[in-house]
Amino acid sequence: MSERKDLEVIGALVPPGSRVLDLGCGDGALLEWLQRHKGCSGYGVELADDNVLRCVQRGVDVIQLDLEEGLALFDDQSFDVVLQIDTLQAIRHTERMLRETARVGRIGIVAFPNFAHWPNRLKVAAGRMPVTRALPYEWHDTPNIRVGTFADFGVLARRLGLHVTDAFGLHDGAVVRVAPNWRASVAVYRFEQK
Amino acid sequence: MGSVGSVTPQKMRLSAPLPLQSGAVLPGCELVYETYGTLNAARSNAVLVCHALNASHHVAGTAPDGSLGWWDNLVGPGKPLDTDRFFVIGVNNPGSCFGSTGPMHPNPATGRPWGSDFPVVTVEDWVDAQALLLDHLGITQLAAVLGGSLGGMQALAWSLRHPQRVRAVAAIATAPNLSAQNIAFNEVARRAITTDPDFHGGHFYAHGVVPQRGLRVARMLGHITYLSDDSMEARFGRRLQRGDEAPLAYSTLDIEFAVESYLRHQGDKFSGYFDANTYLLITRALDYFDPARAHGGDLARAFAAARGLRFLVVSFTTDWRFAPARSREIVKALVDNAIAVNYAEIDAPHGHDAFLLDDRRYHALVRAWFEKVKT
Repeated sequence: MSERKDLEVIGALVPPGSRVLDLGCGDGALLEWLQRHKGCSGYGVELADDNVLRCVQRGVDVIQLDLEEGLALFDDQSFDVVLQIDTLQAIRHTERMLRETARVGRIGIVAFPNFAHWPNRLKVAAGRMPVTRALPYEWHDTPNIRVGTFADFGVLARRLGLHVTDAFGLHDGAVVRVAPNWRASVAVYRFEQK
Repeated sequence: MGSVGSVTPQKMRLSAPLPLQSGAVLPGCELVYETYGTLNAARSNAVLVCHALNASHHVAGTAPDGSLGWWDNLVGPGKPLDTDRFFVIGVNNPGSCFGSTGPMHPNPATGRPWGSDFPVVTVEDWVDAQALLLDHLGITQLAAVLGGSLGGMQALAWSLRHPQRVRAVAAIATAPNLSAQNIAFNEVARRAITTDPDFHGGHFYAHGVVPQRGLRVARMLGHITYLSDDSMEARFGRRLQRGDEAPLAYSTLDIEFAVESYLRHQGDKFSGYFDANTYLLITRALDYFDPARAHGGDLARAFAAARGLRFLVVSFTTDWRFAPARSREIVKALVDNAIAVNYAEIDAPHGHDAFLLDDRRYHALVRAWFEKVKT
């Protein structure tokens, strides 16, 4: 997800000058891009030691936290945008995470591997779990404990009362707006609290 | 990575009595300090390192007595706090027993040692004294202030008390105040000292004695709290002092377990050089530190003063004396003020002591953060 084009597609969803909280910010590449190209500010949250170090090295303000412990550190509506890029599928308490996202930020943006992408469907139809660029792990050692589809997220967002303002697929750095549940390896949602 | 080499402490005398938080003043105060590296022409590359309970101005390099600085693994040429880039200052706080004016020095009013009449000094008083040293050195603004534990409290106090005089703050293994449990540990240590018959109400100097028994127990207790359960288990376990093959002594008075021998040794060593009144003063400074108090207990309101500064906050997972949760309180107060902060929880087994040890992830992080500090 840190490929240049993906960065730009996700970055385009973030209003210029936003106060951003990037949950699971990885090596901080997206936040650095947002700071440099869109005048954004804010924090990344990351658990892995090596990623925390890379964030510090590139001058991104990172807070080392386990997202499973919640977002108690952050006040209600204290950010313009809360990002969860390639993060949500590794979180056990998905619903709580999304509610917290809506509490802390005005706009939520999530991107996660779309399990319903057609090569995945073929793999499963053939009797095996998929191993692809978006889902690069074997079933027995994957950190992705919540595999869902583009369509599944829409259902959950409705149930949680999140107002989806944009939803599309991403594949090889290109936006997929026609039949994304079938054609895109990555699902992207932008939502606000109703 | 090298050493700053041989260092010689320097001394400055404050030109006026130092006003203290308590309302008292400290007359005739002298500060002992060391510096490493070179102050640049713009005088903009100074980093102040604040010491904790059992440390001094001797941060790095080798002192005339051959002793190595207490943070020599972190401070030096090519080290995480790089003296090739920064001009680093270590200063001994008033009330201490390592050279700056303390309770063992004469009270100008009586000509006799201050003893327990030495005025209570706070973290804020120390920071004010340090600011006067900066005036003396011609430094208007620090590039950064760094401290661990009680030193971390001083670093935080810099950002609240003199925010215009510092650009970046590194607070390691510290807390926004002490918990009841922490104050309780300090109180046990103080009672051990003050109930020692050799304490003489704090005026033991005149009697030619030192309350060593009290100091020993205070240090033994303190030392336990600086280590983690795991690190004590790994280092001593239930190992017997005379070897695991030796028969048990079945004695209540003799050392049986290795950990007992270690603690007694630490207590003996400490009581041979540390001043009892200093121990009382420094633990009291720890107890009193509470920047939120003046803001109705609201730490975020206290840190509004630090807006515009950059912070590094680091905690260690096995540190139960200054636990990660306490560091997160600091981070929350910073985040509430939209202040730039990097926060890391280092998974290290060594308890509170970890902040003084050479941990690869910890030092890499401090290095990366200082590389972004402008000189």
